[in-house]
Amino acid sequence: MDNLEEQPISRPDRYTFAAMEAKMARSEKDIYKGKWKDLTTTLVLPFLTFAIVIGVWIIVQQKFATDLPTPLDTWHRATELFASPFYDSGPNNKGIGWQLLYSLGRVLSGFLLAVIIGIPIGFLMGMSNTFTKAWQPLIQILKPVSPLAWLPIGLLLFKAVNPSAIFVIFITSIWPVILNTASGVKAIPEDYMNVAKVLRLNSFEITKKILIPATLPHILTGMRLSLSVAWMVIVAAEMLTGGVGIGFFVWDEWNNLNVSSIFVAIFVIGLVGISLESLMMLLHRYFDYNAR
Amino acid sequence: MYSYLSMEGVDMSFQTPKGVFKALDNVNLKINQGEFISLIGHSGCGKSTVLNIVAGLLQATSGGILLENHEVNSPGPDRAVVFQNHSLLPWLTVYENVRLAVDKVFANTKNKSEHHDWTLDVLKLVHMEHALEKKPAEISGGMKQRVGIARALAMQPKILLMDEPFGALDALTRAHLQDSVMEIHANLGNTVMMITHDVDEAVLLSDKIVMMTNGPSATVGEILEVKLDRPRKRLELADNLDYNHYRAEVLRFLYEKHHKAA
Repeated sequence: MDNLEEQPISRPDRYTFAAMEAKMARSEKDIYKGKWKDLTTTLVLPFLTFAIVIGVWIIVQQKFATDLPTPLDTWHRATELFASPFYDSGPNNKGIGWQLLYSLGRVLSGFLLAVIIGIPIGFLMGMSNTFTKAWQPLIQILKPVSPLAWLPIGLLLFKAVNPSAIFVIFITSIWPVILNTASGVKAIPEDYMNVAKVLRLNSFEITKKILIPATLPHILTGMRLSLSVAWMVIVAAEMLTGGVGIGFFVWDEWNNLNVSSIFVAIFVIGLVGISLESLMMLLHRYFDYNAR
Repeated sequence: MYSYLSMEGVDMSFQTPKGVFKALDNVNLKINQGEFISLIGHSGCGKSTVLNIVAGLLQATSGGILLENHEVNSPGPDRAVVFQNHSLLPWLTVYENVRLAVDKVFANTKNKSEHHDWTLDVLKLVHMEHALEKKPAEISGGMKQRVGIARALAMQPKILLMDEPFGALDALTRAHLQDSVMEIHANLGNTVMMITHDVDEAVLLSDKIVMMTNGPSATVGEILEVKLDRPRKRLELADNLDYNHYRAEVLRFLYEKHHKAA
């Protein structure tokens, strides 16, 4: 039998050992090159983009809109703001760190409320066609409405700005949570339910052992979408409600004509947004059985 | 006359937008305890419908199923199913998939450590004890099907129902799994109903081959008893006259009597 394993005597040149060695050396070099290329594309290119944007900013500032702060002004303002992000001199004068934390607090409260209420509704919609038929039109009408339209209703209902802002975030977050949960439940393969039937699992066991784990990736997608929209909406909501929060900070600095602070705020809002998104991605990856 | 499992006058009709579609017409079948029977027929002849009715996943329009003289019309672990695409829960490990079945079926009759031991026992039976902590996505198609078989065996079913269990596998893996199934059948003596479209597989594994006519209104055409000695070895059978005779019988039924224009 061993004879079969032996190599034929004459081989084309590309199979000789020397040729293979040369090829391997080449490919090692290629890998090295590839790494450099990756580094260039991931670091240098974005850096270039930033540089171009700052260049355009400088030109626009000098030629067309001299009221705009220069990038250097903005940098100075940023160092000032972040020198003491958590100072607290009364209700209308807090550091940017506090402003961010207040906004995050509202977003998380509204978001969690939406998750707690939205997931069960999503499950009901996924499991019952009757329920879907009953609720679908209402959801379809309400979903495209800007959540800010709900702010006056919130103010009327709660007679206070803080719960109203949370209410707006709740309205923002609930639709993606409901719809993704429902589509997740609908996407469960029939075979899983057949397994449950053969095992005679009761509805509690089906929910715990099949429905929840199978829909979790979909639910997390819904949560991720809601959270990033909620973070966008809070800035607008706080501009209207006032109080402490990054949105009101932007509005307040506009009233004080501190435009450089607004640029700093825009940048920081973006960074927080990325962080929230990455956090949800991590969570998603951890619970997504397909991705592991 | 008593038989372990019997299907009596089973009709099955489906409501479709184009009207009523009669899939099965008066299917009668008797299976003895410990028998390995295969259902063979062209695709679309209602083999899977028969299996799903026995499993209780579908309810017959008329007629019924008796298992040990008791009517069965809803799914249960006494008729465990090995699904064609394994249907393992992807978020559970190999061990947990089987353990789920063990925990449920023996909730009141065995204690925790017995549950653990039995889970390991059945996984050993299908030679999967090396991959206990793997997720289904991390093992091959053949291994997934082994675990699917282990999960079904773990329920200690009165009858094991296999729906084209090896249909999605390559020929070599399929042969390995067929050997495993024969080994398990020899050890445990369980009653098995298997759907297949593979003539060699049917002859190699079965005591009886139930050949179904083409749908619509499919029914049992002929039943061929395969009287080959066990244990059967595929290499020896290749030159066995009886084996080839059985094989030819099934082929004749499928391609002469019930030829289907594909």
